[in-house]
Amino acid sequence: MSKSHVTTTINGEAAEFLCETQQTLLDVLRDVVGLTGAKEGCASGDCGACSVLIDGTLVCSCLVLGVEAEGKSITTIEGIAQGDHLHPIQQKFLEHAALQCGFCTPGLIVATKALLDENPNPTETEARYWLAGNLCRCTGYDKVIRAVMDAAAVMRGETV
Amino acid sequence: MSSLSYAAPTSVDAAVKLLAGASGLAKVLSGGTDLLVQMRAGRFKPELIVDTKKIPGVIGIREENGAFIIGAGTPGAVVEAHAGLTAAWPGLVEALDLIGSTQVQGRCSLAGNLCNASPAADSVPALYAAAAVAVVVGPNGTRDVPVEQIPTGPGRTSLARDEFILEFKLPARPARSSDAYLRFIPRTEMDIAVVGCGISVTLDENGVCTAARCSLGAVAPTVLLVQAMADILVGNKLDADTLAKLDAAAQAAAKPISDKRGTAEYRTKIAGVLARRTAAIAFDRAMGKATGKTH
Repeated sequence: MSKSHVTTTINGEAAEFLCETQQTLLDVLRDVVGLTGAKEGCASGDCGACSVLIDGTLVCSCLVLGVEAEGKSITTIEGIAQGDHLHPIQQKFLEHAALQCGFCTPGLIVATKALLDENPNPTETEARYWLAGNLCRCTGYDKVIRAVMDAAAVMRGETV
Repeated sequence: MSSLSYAAPTSVDAAVKLLAGASGLAKVLSGGTDLLVQMRAGRFKPELIVDTKKIPGVIGIREENGAFIIGAGTPGAVVEAHAGLTAAWPGLVEALDLIGSTQVQGRCSLAGNLCNASPAADSVPALYAAAAVAVVVGPNGTRDVPVEQIPTGPGRTSLARDEFILEFKLPARPARSSDAYLRFIPRTEMDIAVVGCGISVTLDENGVCTAARCSLGAVAPTVLLVQAMADILVGNKLDADTLAKLDAAAQAAAKPISDKRGTAEYRTKIAGVLARRTAAIAFDRAMGKATGKTH
């Protein structure tokens, strides 16, 4: 079986890769492209650790085939910071210690980015429901939510 | 090595030819939120995946004289963002929105939910209540199929191997019409229905029901369209007597199994409770009394 050749954009840069049909976008990102920030937690769309953006839409990359990336624009956790300059969401996750083992953190940060792109001023309830598909087994969610709400305020220019 | 092929045709004809020509199992891919999980679990071993999302009409929503046409593979997030559809069919939009997480909403579709044929599928009772029609395409052209004729049992549909759903048609709404969907789960998010109930009604200016469609999910091998519930609503206001009769009709129609989500006795009781609550929301909405989301 020959592999498919896929031309896409990853974190703003043109990219191409070869993959087999059954390889998920997560498999391709981690094992072919070498971007290991997105994590495989459940491989069934329940945990959100593999969250990426496709054309700005939040998805689980374990529920997308690599071949479906053709012509799309993919944003992973590696594309959130600007060089060495952390994104405000990343900075606030650090300041609020919104992680312990860190396995869920890339997914939570990508999902938070999608939330704040769509709704810069979410209520805490909206943020909790938006992030319901991102599971964390060590921090608990309160510090995550504090980081999200604080990051949103910073991004609105209300605090520094 | 795997012999799994992938095709993303850009026309109905090309997709039908691919499905018809496959020597082994061919699966239609919309959002993949069920298909990819099932493939990984080994439930299917397809030789071909036909991704329909590049076919014109499969993604998108359009309004024609008050009727809505929803592309079969339109993601939940796109459906929920459509203000006109949400105003006309709030119950259907909320039902689809209940499926999975934000991430799943970026991909999951009405056609996928219907053709996965789970009796607990959230959007399916709402589709039944809405009298939605599936536009099925295949080698002999196009046929309109009422949605309740698509699922035939858990994981099984009436579609031939070379057929798929292109889009759904929702009828134009008379004045004072609305719908609602409620499901019961033991938490607030990210779960599968213990029981679901969809109700769509049209009322006269006095609040008397003139047309109704009612459905129950997760209480039988397929979602049920329950004519007996509709018969109780039509000709009546939603008073205590009507609510009691509706509750009884829902319980009588429910034929659930006991499983890890609930016993048959519990599900039967909940079917009646949800029927009353769902009807109350649909009636209030139809009279313009209620706005906003129910969950």
